Amino acid sequence: MLSCFKDKVGDVLLPGDVFSFQMPESITDSKPEKVVCGPGLRRNGDEVLVCKSGILRHKQPNLYWIDSQQRRYVPGKGESVIGIIAAKSGDIFKVDVGGSEQASLSYLAFEGATKRNRPNVQVGDLVYSQFIIANKDMEPELVCIDSCGRANGMGVFGAGGLLFKVSLGLVRRLLAPQSEIAKDLEKMFPFEIVVGMNGRVWVKSKTIQQTLIVANLLESCENMTAQQRQTLFRRVADGSI
Amino acid sequence: MANDNAKLSKNLLRMKFMQRGLDADTKKQLEEEERRIISDEHWYLDLPELKAKENFIIEERSFGPCEDLKYGRMSFKGFNTEVEKLMIVMNAPNEEELEEEEISRMETDITDEDMARRYESLVGSMKKKFAKKRERSAVEDVNQNATETQTKRGFLKPQD
Repeated sequence: MLSCFKDKVGDVLLPGDVFSFQMPESITDSKPEKVVCGPGLRRNGDEVLVCKSGILRHKQPNLYWIDSQQRRYVPGKGESVIGIIAAKSGDIFKVDVGGSEQASLSYLAFEGATKRNRPNVQVGDLVYSQFIIANKDMEPELVCIDSCGRANGMGVFGAGGLLFKVSLGLVRRLLAPQSEIAKDLEKMFPFEIVVGMNGRVWVKSKTIQQTLIVANLLESCENMTAQQRQTLFRRVADGSI
Repeated sequence: MANDNAKLSKNLLRMKFMQRGLDADTKKQLEEEERRIISDEHWYLDLPELKAKENFIIEERSFGPCEDLKYGRMSFKGFNTEVEKLMIVMNAPNEEELEEEEISRMETDITDEDMARRYESLVGSMKKKFAKKRERSAVEDVNQNATETQTKRGFLKPQD
């Protein structure tokens, strides 16, 4: 029942819990509502199964998902990730995104690229791109342009800087609309950051030391409470580290 | 050569040159027979109609729409101005509400006072354009001391 879904918002659920949606016959005037299952929930006929352990979250009007932590990335359609070009074969690049297999990126999927005008991409470059195909049955595909053909900041980036890996939960915390970590980071020194949803973060700053400081801060933010994080950031800002 | 119509084959009779001489009724009958033949030969599945079940449950695999995640490239304190511009552009859909309020007050190229001044002079000049010649001078003097409005001059008979 839809009602029992709403009751469980905020509760910890385990894989194997089932919600069924048998619409009662007596309520004929209310139209059956569509329910969107986010990550961690899976549809099985008329039922919804929980497949990850975590807390059930809800967003208006009808979106439910399980909030869980993991480090391993599973490609999802529409997500923007940082990939490393692993190989160049014919018309496509093979990109390592940290998933179970490498994704393919066509050389025409860059802004202003034509058959004659090939993009300047070498093996080992970092690219910020989006998935257009990402499911368990097919090889994932990436593109560096949006549907209008504009790059919107995607593509090869980063001469210099440092790439490191964090957990997916930290990535979501960094990219949340009212992210406190991002606000604390703003007050430090000038630097640039690219966050990929596959857990990869790239940082660049004026000096190598600053870059390393930011990288270490982000990696340690993982397991700290807000209080500890703010004290740490303040110490760094004061220059004692 | 077969002379009777009965001995000519049906296919031959269906050909165009054979049908020109026929009247409308026989043509219709032939057409119906053709259609019957064709529909008998068409194969169809003898199954009950299956209605696709309407799915009330939609699956969504990505965290992006769930938590309204922002754009992944960020730059702080002006390190990379292009990225800062991108941040504003890509995060703009979140600020649509603010934009709607501003649109209700239309953007003007000239202020309201300039518009009023322009209208003042515009009305005066348009009035002058359509005024008759005799009245034009009257209209001009309106702002200064108003002269006497003369009645329309009638015909003056010439004296002997």
